[in-house]
Amino acid sequence: MTDAMPTAEDSNKTFAGPLVRLTGLCVSFGRQEVLRDITLDISRGETVAIIGESGCGKTVLLKTIIGLIRPTKGEVYFDGRNMCSLSEREQTRQRARFGFVFQGAALFDSMTVAQNVAFPLRQHTSKSQEEVRQIVLARLAEVGLPEDIVAKRPAELSGGMRKRVGLARALALEPEIILYDEPTTGLDPIMADVINELIISTRKRHPVTSVVVTHDMRTAQKVADRIVMLYPLARLEPDQPQILYDGPPEDIHRAADPRVVQFVRGEARERIMELREQYQRSDALL
Amino acid sequence: MSTATSSNSVGAQRHGPLRMAAEWLADLGGLVIAGLTVLGDFTLFTFRTFGWLFTRLPRKETLLPCFYQIGVLSLPVVALTGTFIGMVLVVQSYVQFRMLNMETRLGAVVNMAIVRELGPVLAATMLAGRVGSAMAAELGTMRVTEQIDALTTLGANPIHYLVVPRFLGCLLLIPALTIMADLMGIAGGFFYSVYLLDIDWHYYLENSRNFVGNFDVFAGVLKSMFFGAAISLIACHRGFNCDPGAEGVGRAATAAFVSSFVTILLLDLFLAIILDAIYYTVWPEGAKIIGCLWHDCLWHDGCLSML
Repeated sequence: MTDAMPTAEDSNKTFAGPLVRLTGLCVSFGRQEVLRDITLDISRGETVAIIGESGCGKTVLLKTIIGLIRPTKGEVYFDGRNMCSLSEREQTRQRARFGFVFQGAALFDSMTVAQNVAFPLRQHTSKSQEEVRQIVLARLAEVGLPEDIVAKRPAELSGGMRKRVGLARALALEPEIILYDEPTTGLDPIMADVINELIISTRKRHPVTSVVVTHDMRTAQKVADRIVMLYPLARLEPDQPQILYDGPPEDIHRAADPRVVQFVRGEARERIMELREQYQRSDALL
Repeated sequence: MSTATSSNSVGAQRHGPLRMAAEWLADLGGLVIAGLTVLGDFTLFTFRTFGWLFTRLPRKETLLPCFYQIGVLSLPVVALTGTFIGMVLVVQSYVQFRMLNMETRLGAVVNMAIVRELGPVLAATMLAGRVGSAMAAELGTMRVTEQIDALTTLGANPIHYLVVPRFLGCLLLIPALTIMADLMGIAGGFFYSVYLLDIDWHYYLENSRNFVGNFDVFAGVLKSMFFGAAISLIACHRGFNCDPGAEGVGRAATAAFVSSFVTILLLDLFLAIILDAIYYTVWPEGAKIIGCLWHDCLWHDGCLSML
C-alpha cells in the first residue's frame, strides 16, 4: 500500500516528485461519504485553488492533507512520505513544514497577538526571547500589521486583522506549504482583495506551495495557477468522479461540463426548483 | 377495493407488535452502542492523558495559570460552603443529641462526617461546578472555533497542552481544597456548638479527638484525589467532543457537571467500601474498639433505659 510511490523516508535528500500526492482518497463520517476516490498531485511552488459549493468536502480535503482527519481509504503523501503511516511524533515534525490558515483564523483567545504568532516558534525552536520577538514583528509587518498590535487580544481585532494575524502565525516557521481555508470568506471586498494580494506576495517572498480552498471565484482566479473543482457526492452517481475540473484558471469559463460553468457564473438554475419542491413538501407536512 | 385492503394489511404488518418490538430493540441497541462508543473513547482519552503524564510534563507557564484557576480561585467558595455545612450539621443533629444528653458527642459525629464525607464531596462538587463546567465550556469553544485543530497544526498535542495541566491541577490541588473544607467545616461546627449552643468546648474537642483519627482524614483526602481526576477527565473529554454551535458548548458544560457529580457520588460509595475494608483488614482491633465504645455508650449513659 505504501509502495504506491517511491518514498523519501530514511533519506535526507529532497524528494523529486510532487510535494503532495493524494491517491484514491476516501473520507466518510459514519455513513456519510464526503470524499470519494480523490487522486491529485500538487507540485512544488504551485498555487492550487480548490473550489466547489458548500458541503462538497473542500475543507475536509485540506484537513486530510495535514492529518487532522484520517482518510477512510487511500493515502496522503507529503514529500514522498505516507502521512498516514507516520508515528505521532514524526507527523508533528512534518506538520512544522506546513502552515494552516483557518477560516475563522482560530487564534488562541487566551493569548496576545504576539504570543499567538510566537507559538509555533516556541514549540519547534529554541530561539531566544529577543529572536522570537524580532521574527514576530517581521511576520506582522509582512501581513501589514503595525507593531502596537502585539499586546492586543484576538477579541479586540477586526475579522480582517484576525485573518492577517492567522497568516502571520502560519508563516512564523517559514513553511514549505501553506493551506488556506476560505481565506476571504466573511470579509468586505477590499479586505478580501488585501488577503488575495497577501497570498500572492507571500508566494513571491517565500518559495511556498499554496493550496487555497475557496468558493470565491475572484480569489481563485486571482491567486491560483491551477483550479480543482469538487462536486458534492450527494449530487453524483456512484460511478461519477468527484473532481469536475482540474486545469488552468483561464480555461475554466470554457469548461465542457455545464456544472462547472454554472458554479463559475454563480447561477442557481435547477436549484430554485429543488428549493420550491422542498418548501412545498414541508408545507404539506405541516 | 382490493388494493385498499391489501395496503391496509401491509400497514397493519408495518405497525404490528413484532415490528414495534424490533424497532424498540433496534433503538435500545443503538443507545447501547452509542454508550459503549463514548465509554471506549473516554478510556482512550484517559490512557492518552496518562501516557503524556509519564513521557513529558507541560511547561511551567502552562501549568501555573491552570493551578491558579483551579486551586487559588476555588479556595474562598470552598471555605465558605465548608463553614456553613459544619454549622448546618450541628443545627440538624443538636436536638437529637440533647434528648440523649450527649451534646458533647456532637463534635465526634459532625467532625467525622465532615472529614470522611462532606469535606471531600463538597470540595469536589464545588470544583465540578466552578471549574469542571468552565473547563468543558472553554475547551468546547476551542473545539468549535478550531483552536484545538490549530494546536495540532502548530505541532502541539492538544491532550498534552490542554488536558494534562488541567488534570494535574485538579489531581494535586483538590486535597488542599478538601483540607480547607474540612478545616472550615470543623471550625463552623465548633463555633455554632460552643458559642451559640453553649456546649462544653473541652468535651466537644475531646470526643472529636477520640473518634476522628488520622486514617479518617487520610481517607477523605485520598478520595478527593479520585474525584479531582474524574472531574478533570470528564470535563476535558466533554469539551473535546463538543457539538458545534453555542448550544453544543452549553450542553457540554451542563453534561460535564452532571456526569462529574454522578461519578463523584458513585466513586464515593465504592471508595468508602474499599477504604473501610482496608482499615478493618490492617487494623482489625479498630472494629473491636468501635464495638466496645458503642457498648459503653449504650449501658453507661443509660440510653437503652430511656428507650
